[in-house]
Amino acid sequence: MQDDKFQWLLRCGDNALILSQRLSAWCGKGPALEEDMAVTNVALDLLGQARLWLSFAGECEGSGRDEDQLAYLRDVQDFRNLLLVEQPNGHFGDTLARQFYFDTWHYYLLTALCQSADAQVAAIAEKSLKEVSYHLRRSGDLIVRLGDGTAESHARMQASVDNLWMYCGEMWSPDALDLAMAQQGVAPDLASLYAPWLDHVRRMFEAATLRLPDPAAWMQSGGKQGQHSEHLGFLLAEMQFLQRAYPGAQW
Amino acid sequence: MSKEWPLWEIFIRSQHGLSHKHVGSLHAPDAVMAMNHARDVYTRRNEGVSIWVVPAAQIVASSPSDKGELFEPANSKVYRHPTFFPMPDGVKNI
Repeated sequence: MQDDKFQWLLRCGDNALILSQRLSAWCGKGPALEEDMAVTNVALDLLGQARLWLSFAGECEGSGRDEDQLAYLRDVQDFRNLLLVEQPNGHFGDTLARQFYFDTWHYYLLTALCQSADAQVAAIAEKSLKEVSYHLRRSGDLIVRLGDGTAESHARMQASVDNLWMYCGEMWSPDALDLAMAQQGVAPDLASLYAPWLDHVRRMFEAATLRLPDPAAWMQSGGKQGQHSEHLGFLLAEMQFLQRAYPGAQW
Repeated sequence: MSKEWPLWEIFIRSQHGLSHKHVGSLHAPDAVMAMNHARDVYTRRNEGVSIWVVPAAQIVASSPSDKGELFEPANSKVYRHPTFFPMPDGVKNI
């Protein structure tokens, strides 16, 4: 069904869009000039990906909404991103933990989407995968450095990965929409991403001397269905301000 | 020990067949991060096909006060320039 695909594409686009907006807030505030540039680059990569997904979503919806209308004129409950990506930046370790969990999943998801039965989905995935391969390399490298760094960096990194753990379950727990997309061959079975995700996280945490949180722990859910944490509303208030205050404003 | 990350000099080759060119410097704790940083800071606009990162401390530089003895003797030896030879038409990159 076309509406299913529209909803599913929103999930892809909103993950990239919301995480990009979060990362953009580091611009000019990174712990070093080089890290500042790196985080901003990742934000721009994700924004580019969000545009591709949301443009395609708009086409599938067929009611004339374009990427900008989808990004700037939807309210909280219409966003379909994971709870993980809307979590606040916190300190740099929190941002990195969020990024590492997401990049790992994003990498395996896009790898699978390159085989999608939908040619446009496969094309977007292929283009995005090159960027995301670098994101994953970078966030993994930094997790190891901070985890296996000083006593303080280790303690902070451990707290960051522990705190965000409960937002990871959504990534590999399919709902009816995910299952429908898998059935049509558009998307992979989300549950199949769990093993490689956990394996990579476990290996990197071992290198980082970090303790892997309990995989059987209770997990949050709801973001994909539009039930968000309170953080998303504040994020959108900032991101959508201009279009809300000056409807239709253009460059 | 200084808390500052050490300085690295970055060289980028923009095309195959050309040489690496110095583009600037950055700070990083080690070579792996220097390479990542170089990628993030200096290849954002599709500048390169290859990156070299070199610890700035490993570069031996000539001293400005030596410029007389190092460079001035070459001033008067114009015949060392290949400009007196006619170049065949169609030769590029020289």
